[in-house]
Amino acid sequence: MVGRGSPTVWTVRGLVATVLLLATALVSSAAKAGPTLDAIHKRGFIKAGVGSQPGFFAPDGAGRWQGFWIDIGRAIAITALGDPEKIEFVSSSPQQRLPALKSGEFDILLSGATQTITRATQQGFHFGPVAFYDGQGLLVPKAAGVSSGKDLDGATVCIQTGTTGEQNIADFFRKNGATFKPLTIEDTGEFLKALEANRCDALTQDGSDLGIKRTQLRNPDDYVLLPERISKEPLAPAVRWGDDRWLELVNWSVYALIQAEEFGITSANVDQFLENPDPSIRRFLGVDASVGTAAGVDPKFAYKIVKTLGNYGEVFDRNVGPETRIGFERGLNRLWTQGGLLYAPPFR
Amino acid sequence: MSEDGLIRRLWAGLFGGWANAALTSALLVGAWFALEPIIRWALIDATWTGDAKACAEQDGACWAFVGAKLRFILFAFYPFDEHWRAAAALALLLTLLVLLATPRFWSAWLAPLSLVLLAGACVLLGGWPGATDVPSSQWGGLPLSLLVTIASLSLGFPIGLALALGRRSDLPVPRWLCAAYIELVRGTPLIAVLYLAMLAMPLALPPGIELDKLVRGLIAMALFFAAYFAEIIRAGLQGLPDSQTEAALALGFSRIGALRHVVLPQALRAVMPALVTLAIGVLQSTTLLAAIGIFDLLNASRAAANDPAWLGFYDEAYAFAALIYFALCFGASRYGVWLEKRLNRASEGVR
Repeated sequence: MVGRGSPTVWTVRGLVATVLLLATALVSSAAKAGPTLDAIHKRGFIKAGVGSQPGFFAPDGAGRWQGFWIDIGRAIAITALGDPEKIEFVSSSPQQRLPALKSGEFDILLSGATQTITRATQQGFHFGPVAFYDGQGLLVPKAAGVSSGKDLDGATVCIQTGTTGEQNIADFFRKNGATFKPLTIEDTGEFLKALEANRCDALTQDGSDLGIKRTQLRNPDDYVLLPERISKEPLAPAVRWGDDRWLELVNWSVYALIQAEEFGITSANVDQFLENPDPSIRRFLGVDASVGTAAGVDPKFAYKIVKTLGNYGEVFDRNVGPETRIGFERGLNRLWTQGGLLYAPPFR
Repeated sequence: MSEDGLIRRLWAGLFGGWANAALTSALLVGAWFALEPIIRWALIDATWTGDAKACAEQDGACWAFVGAKLRFILFAFYPFDEHWRAAAALALLLTLLVLLATPRFWSAWLAPLSLVLLAGACVLLGGWPGATDVPSSQWGGLPLSLLVTIASLSLGFPIGLALALGRRSDLPVPRWLCAAYIELVRGTPLIAVLYLAMLAMPLALPPGIELDKLVRGLIAMALFFAAYFAEIIRAGLQGLPDSQTEAALALGFSRIGALRHVVLPQALRAVMPALVTLAIGVLQSTTLLAAIGIFDLLNASRAAANDPAWLGFYDEAYAFAALIYFALCFGASRYGVWLEKRLNRASEGVR
């Protein structure tokens, strides 16, 4: 603390500081929390930046946030504060989400930001585990007779501002020695209108996005999502630099969802698994509390996550899976044991 | 003029002479071609009840969507069970608007009364001892749009008045400062000011202090529109001959008294149409709050169309929001016309 004052004031300040330090140490001996986690504990809830996309984050009939990333956020709230409701979702547009995260507007960005080296180094963000593997696609009218992005020389391509998509599509055309006219649109709703009004010959965005967008078109069957993916889009939670412990809580909340699916634990059968003799399952669910205690978290956090939200597969299927209006296949987002990329490090 | 005469005059104006008749017919045909698809979409082919599936089977508008999501569009993420509080706050704000707009209520106690009503609306939205606490991040929809409009008008007006007087001051330093502020703000788009309030203001605040995002947005809007208020008020002040002040001083008014009782009433009356226009502009500008993640009426309408159960009914959502904005803005502009007439009558001494 920088300040001036008489020696008495200094002594009093020193005393107060010592008492505070001692009190903090007594209250939570394990808490070596950084500034973000401290702020969360002080506030009593997490602030999470989210976007606006059906299935991932959208208000339901009763005006409550629902979606894939919302559930990830609730899992983190269980780990950090023991309560899925202790998280507040703050809407944030693609353009301002990273600056807003940096300025402390929220503690974590759950809007499906792509993990990139620039963001992770120059811009000062840490990324949690990839929770959704995506890739940038191209949506074109069938009438154009286009079968590959390479046929789009000279086309007008609509892009949403502030996403990594802008650079990917420029790289793609440069690589193929072709030209294109970019048309950037910020609003999600207008994006579709532009295609229907023939203002653009193709839309480009993450494939999952375009899949949803296609169903919203007036005549979805007149449009086709080209099979090629022109980029890798690993979507992960992002946090600011400077609070390693907070990052670890985020990491292991996502891993818990994945690991639960690998064990075959669901929200329906999690209580039966409490009787399971397998030591790794006992550690995971906190029946054997040693690992959780050593890690400085509620040993039961994984149990609570699965009990409340289900495992990764349940979260995926409930929000964006084949049975929903969104209708995604798991694809790369299957467990590593089933040919996907989801892999959780061991809970030990 | 009798009704009969009016019809005859209209007929003569529209169809008198072959040129007029041809022009009128062509315009009517054109209007039909433009309006027919809209009427077909909005009324004839529209779906009024049912679910998203029923809507998908029809070509027209899906008003059932607006019905199902009405509460969300109006109140956004405000807790569902507490919607009556948001509705009560909305009623309070509309009452306040009517009070502010009625010349009969323009008196010294209107300012404290408006503050009380504004505070009342905030308490209704935010909660009181014994009621569920609703953080401002969950406020949204129409009450929020009106709250921000009224609050930034009532904050921006006095600041603008001070700036206008400062810019006409004889003292050079206040004059330069006010002019510099006004020109700086008028040279900056509102969206940039909002981003600044959202992203830069938290960094400028001492650590540990979190100023509410809504408050930051509100301060930004009030400070922004204060500059526009200042220029409008300055126009009114400059339109008034100096002899008015001189006469008032000669009659023994103090400088403040002359300003309050002689100069300002005439100056403000002269610029009333511009002030009403600015007020309408402020209401429409509240939609920019969406850029910093605040759910005003327009943003809530858009978010409503993201519900997977009602996916993609953006046209209906926007059309409904447009109707509400139109009703408010058209009402305000009609009010402006009425007020102008009334003030002109008053200034002619016919009460």
